[in-house]
Amino acid sequence: MSGLPAAAGIGFKPVHFAALRAALGKDPAAIGFIEVHAETYMGEGGLLHAQLAALRQDLALSLHGIGLSIGGPDPLDRAHLARLRRLCDRYQPESFSEHLAWSSHGGGYLADLLPLPYTSETLGIVADHVDEVQQTLGRRMLLENPATYVLFEQSSIPEGEFLAAVAERTGCGLLLDLNNLFVSATNHRRDVDAMLAGFPLSLAEEIHLAGHAEESLPDGPLLIDNHASPVADPVWALLAEVVRRVGPLPTLIEWDNDVPDWPVLAAEAERATAILRSAGQPEGPAARTSREQPA
Amino acid sequence: MMRHHDFVAAFAASLRDGVPPPGMTAGRPEETARRLAVYRNNVAVSLTEALRAHFPVVAQLVGDACFAALARLFAAGRLPPSPVLAEWGETFPAFLEGLPALADYPYLADVARIEHARLQAFHAADAPAIDPARLGEADPGRLRLGLHPSVTLLRLAHPAVSIWAAHQPGAARSPIPPGPETALILRERSLAISVRRLGPGDAALIGELRQGKPLLAAAAAARAADPAHDPRPCLLQLMTAGALVEGTVA
Repeated sequence: MSGLPAAAGIGFKPVHFAALRAALGKDPAAIGFIEVHAETYMGEGGLLHAQLAALRQDLALSLHGIGLSIGGPDPLDRAHLARLRRLCDRYQPESFSEHLAWSSHGGGYLADLLPLPYTSETLGIVADHVDEVQQTLGRRMLLENPATYVLFEQSSIPEGEFLAAVAERTGCGLLLDLNNLFVSATNHRRDVDAMLAGFPLSLAEEIHLAGHAEESLPDGPLLIDNHASPVADPVWALLAEVVRRVGPLPTLIEWDNDVPDWPVLAAEAERATAILRSAGQPEGPAARTSREQPA
Repeated sequence: MMRHHDFVAAFAASLRDGVPPPGMTAGRPEETARRLAVYRNNVAVSLTEALRAHFPVVAQLVGDACFAALARLFAAGRLPPSPVLAEWGETFPAFLEGLPALADYPYLADVARIEHARLQAFHAADAPAIDPARLGEADPGRLRLGLHPSVTLLRLAHPAVSIWAAHQPGAARSPIPPGPETALILRERSLAISVRRLGPGDAALIGELRQGKPLLAAAAAARAADPAHDPRPCLLQLMTAGALVEGTVA
């Protein structure tokens, strides 16, 4: 397993540093872990690293990459991977995760998570890239399901099977983003329960929750995964269903744009905590281990 | 079937021209272009907002709409070479300088240079400040002081420090003096980033220290630039900021 506690975590933003420390001072179990974007911390020093080093004393850490372009055809950027290795060595995160997506082409970074067809060819490419990441970092990684707005005629493998096959070939775990699952299901007019049934839940080691925006098409809604609002009710319901099926998992609240004041974010984490605890196992063994022995 | 390499190349092109790549579809295929537009918008907004976050005063000076257009033009010519967006804007000042449409804003590139230096200072490596006792005991003819990795000295053709300062929150309205300015950008012990305007003596002193010159030689250069220059206030300020680090003794 990933080593993160089966509790609620938050995507950490520097503006919340003091409030998070105060919250942990009152209740050390208020937040189970933090997650940060690896690329934000690839500078050498200063405020960001001072904050992260301080928080790392008390909290489990998930490092979440947004720029490796694992789903792209180009070779992985070795220099970027080497910096990622140094960051992992510096903070020894309990988990590293990345996306089933591509984000660079021809040496240019496009700053978005772009989708790919699921074929035997792309399965080979993604598996090779995941292998390379895991070998370079010397650790397992988690691969996250994307939110998508389009489909591809080339796709011959359902997304859940594709993810399971990558995990099977590489030994990686999966990160189940329930907002992404809901956004994709809605956008492609698919039944979200069927999408969830198609996801290899036993391989999920972390859950992401976030808000989305809604636009409309003649045929129905088009949901945009924008991480700029509270988690939507149907996504909370998905969390409860997943917890009912496989028990509590490390569950992250992602709120990256229009970042709210701390109490709003903390309330989202509390709501996740309540659902995780409804399974009757508020903390798994991993939680106790990482609290007692922060790396 | 189209190979993945060709597919991604076609998709990347579609982000520019809006024509969906072969095979891209939707439950209702006629919606494909509208759905592709989500990705096109995400890419444009992500890159524009990253640049705006790093060059907020440039954005204030030209206005939001103009800045968005500049960002798109800049990105079209040079996508970020890596996913570390903090490193992307290095050539943005020169890009601004080269745009004929901005000829009426000759100071814009210099303001951008200050903002880029602030971002570098924010992310620069940590380094322990020098022990103040070293200044007293060492031979100033041989003592070489190092400057903290966050320190940047910019000699600017325009009064960009004054312009930058006038666009900070709560800044008092005051006239901008014409002429060149020298900027000192560094990270304070508090980890806040400061921007100071330097007089000719301080500018020469820090410029010589940056070159690795011994303290005595740097002070002499400062006096050559400003015969009345006293290096002590400047050195004290640098030390207070934690910007002097251990150098090498020749």
